[in-house]
Amino acid sequence: MEAGVVLKMQGICMTFPGVKALEGVDLTLKKGEIRALMGENGAGKSTLIKCLTGVNKFEAGEIYLEGFDHPIVNKDTMDAQKKGISTVYQEVNLCPNLSVAENLYIGREPLTKLGTVNRKAMNRQAAALMKQLELDIDVTRNLEEYSLALQQMIAIARAVDMDCKVLILDEPTSSLDDREVEKLFTMMRRLKEKGVGIIFVTHFLEQVYAVCDGITVLRNGKLVGEYDIADLPRVKLVAAMMGKDFDDLASIKPETTGDKRKEPMVIEARGLSHAGTIKPFDLDIHKGEVIGLTGLLGSGRSELARAIYGADRAQTGTLKVKGQEVKVKNPIDAMHLGMGLLPDDRKAEGIIADLSVRENIILAVQAKQGILKKIPMAKQCEIADKYIDLLQIKCASRETLIKQLSGGNQQKVILARWLATNPDFLILDEPTRGIDIGTKTEIQKLVLKLADEGKSLIFISSEIEEMLRTCNRMAVLRDGQKVGEIDEQDMNQMNVMKAIAGGDK
Amino acid sequence: MSSIKKLTQKRLFLPIFSMILVMLINVVYDIATGSAPLGFFMISIKNGVLYGRLIDILNRGSEIAILAIGMTLVVSASGGTDISVGSVMSLYAGVCCMILAGYGNVNVQQYAHPLLVGIGAGLLVTLICGMFNGFLVAYMNIQPMVATLILWSAGRAVGLLLCNSQIVYVRVPSFQKLGGYCGIIPTPIIVAAVCVAIASIVLRYTALGTYIQSVGINKKASRIAGFNSSKIILMCYAICGLCAGLAGMVATSRIYSADTNNIGLNMELDAILSVALGGNSLGGGKFSLAGSIIGAYTIQAITTTLYALGVSSAQAPVFKAIVVIIIVVIQAEPAKAFFKKLTKKSGKEAARA
Repeated sequence: MEAGVVLKMQGICMTFPGVKALEGVDLTLKKGEIRALMGENGAGKSTLIKCLTGVNKFEAGEIYLEGFDHPIVNKDTMDAQKKGISTVYQEVNLCPNLSVAENLYIGREPLTKLGTVNRKAMNRQAAALMKQLELDIDVTRNLEEYSLALQQMIAIARAVDMDCKVLILDEPTSSLDDREVEKLFTMMRRLKEKGVGIIFVTHFLEQVYAVCDGITVLRNGKLVGEYDIADLPRVKLVAAMMGKDFDDLASIKPETTGDKRKEPMVIEARGLSHAGTIKPFDLDIHKGEVIGLTGLLGSGRSELARAIYGADRAQTGTLKVKGQEVKVKNPIDAMHLGMGLLPDDRKAEGIIADLSVRENIILAVQAKQGILKKIPMAKQCEIADKYIDLLQIKCASRETLIKQLSGGNQQKVILARWLATNPDFLILDEPTRGIDIGTKTEIQKLVLKLADEGKSLIFISSEIEEMLRTCNRMAVLRDGQKVGEIDEQDMNQMNVMKAIAGGDK
Repeated sequence: MSSIKKLTQKRLFLPIFSMILVMLINVVYDIATGSAPLGFFMISIKNGVLYGRLIDILNRGSEIAILAIGMTLVVSASGGTDISVGSVMSLYAGVCCMILAGYGNVNVQQYAHPLLVGIGAGLLVTLICGMFNGFLVAYMNIQPMVATLILWSAGRAVGLLLCNSQIVYVRVPSFQKLGGYCGIIPTPIIVAAVCVAIASIVLRYTALGTYIQSVGINKKASRIAGFNSSKIILMCYAICGLCAGLAGMVATSRIYSADTNNIGLNMELDAILSVALGGNSLGGGKFSLAGSIIGAYTIQAITTTLYALGVSSAQAPVFKAIVVIIIVVIQAEPAKAFFKKLTKKSGKEAARA
């Protein structure tokens, strides 16, 4: 291993049933380097880290660690810790009702000759450690008395004290405010000076540029590249994360779709918001229009759609559907107004795993009809067969349980559920995530076909390419706020990425 | 071979198998003691009413069967159990008998209010109890066992208070009818049959079953798909409360008194067990009402069999536990997998030979 390198992962491969989670991923971490591990959801960041810490077993590839002359494989996190790889997670995994010192030394308390815990020694060592890290903390007080940021730092201190060479911080800043983040960064820099290599996982671009030396970008389980911070300005990073070099399929949309804004208004949202997820926004959607919502993960794209649909009840603002002011308290209200929502988390909010394909398809139609008007079995089969045929859902029979289908086919079933209700306005949240390229194109074509039939759609996707191919207009979101719209003539890769990243930085 | 395989894969195979197992024990015992080999199945008319062990099981099992209907729905929709049903049965007894006898009277020969008023009030109270449980579970997100624990302890106590801490006897023939005989058939059998029939018809001809299963499997997804998940859960608990009332009605009329200390005692456990014996997952989701009903009568069959075998009432629970353990274990996933492996192996060996 080259001098100065503390950790080298090479060609890591790992498969989950049916999915290649990692395909030949490399990661090199130098001594005293802070390296950001970036990628959209599902890119394989956590899987890579779990391979490193022994939670996941990888199938191919090698991990070299400073001080070992052979490739290492960790059996579990304890094993990884012994070798000098510590992890601090987003949620602090410590005991709030124990003292700081107890938390620091839990499981490895200094003992007296009688075998009882030597509290004096423990407190003394803990105080020394805090002083060393320049943290102003009384180690005898309970952990819960300190702020989340300090708790996080105590968690880091615990990790560092266990003679750590590699420190993994998995989204440590998500619940911290700016001042607390700054404190955390100061500590990270201090550790860096001591020669600890840090892998920093975060979704916040600002923070990457504030503290990191290098960036490793993953996409769809593959390594996009390992960069020095200076070589990768923001726009390029966003491009790398989202896949600018996305396989360019033939254009499926006519050059211009004509101005849909002359068409009657279907959705007119004014100042809708949901506390904590999406700040007040305005949005107009016309008949036959496809609106793309774009932004990084957590920017509020899903939340905006959910506020319209009533999945998260909007707390402020007004919503007009086809000119009529309406109150949407629940999804069923929205459905009676002709809406439908295909949620992004297919497993948690889409499929009813233990029900058959048929039952999953007729679910929304049944909900609209009400509990008393059961759809006759013959009619159910007819609907199911129609959409299995139309969307080419691959299943053994309509009575196959949906959980036995592949991800793409499950998605088609949910899509069928909504098409069966014949909606006027359909929200598709990441309809193509985790789906093979052929099916992706099918779904994109379907979106255009629906729009052609006069239905309005919201299309949300992490892949800009896909949205450029389907949308008439795009709304850009950043940090839970709608920050602007892009018209069709200005819609291109560069403009969209700039808008997402926020300026030309 | 393949037809056997098909049969064993049927959902109700194991519940029915367990039932037959219990019956077989009876047959073996009868043969061993030298009595008629099929004495268990013999039905005769004595004193103008049907008589026989089978009739006894159907009769005594009525309360559990009625409770099992409500419990099945609750388990399916919320993935939890309603442990208050036994106590709510006793509350029904308290309300009904107090109204029929008039507050403070402990032994009456005629009604203070019409019979239907008493029954109606009792059922209304139990329905409200069910809705209270459902509200706590569905809207307050309290764990079902904790939520229903309140009425588990309070229901019986309130019933006792209503009866002025005494056993209230209503010695009127029309009141005893519900727990007695209707012609030659024991009335509880008819009540249970009607309840099961209504439940089956509702599940068959409305979308309630789909709603409940969908909510039970994935509450969030069901909401997005347009179901009011909380309302469905509330409804299931309300139905369960009503079932407890109906079971209480039968139990009260049987002894024509409000013995609030003993009516429905530990009955919730039998109801939960029926659901489990019926091959339903206590984690919620898919359910089979038929399975639960078979489960309910299996439990009663075990109890009746034990008494027939001459096991004393003090020892009975121990034997009951042993039988239940066996039945539950053969239905457990690991055991199923083991049997599958076993049949596969024997099949392979047969093929080789």
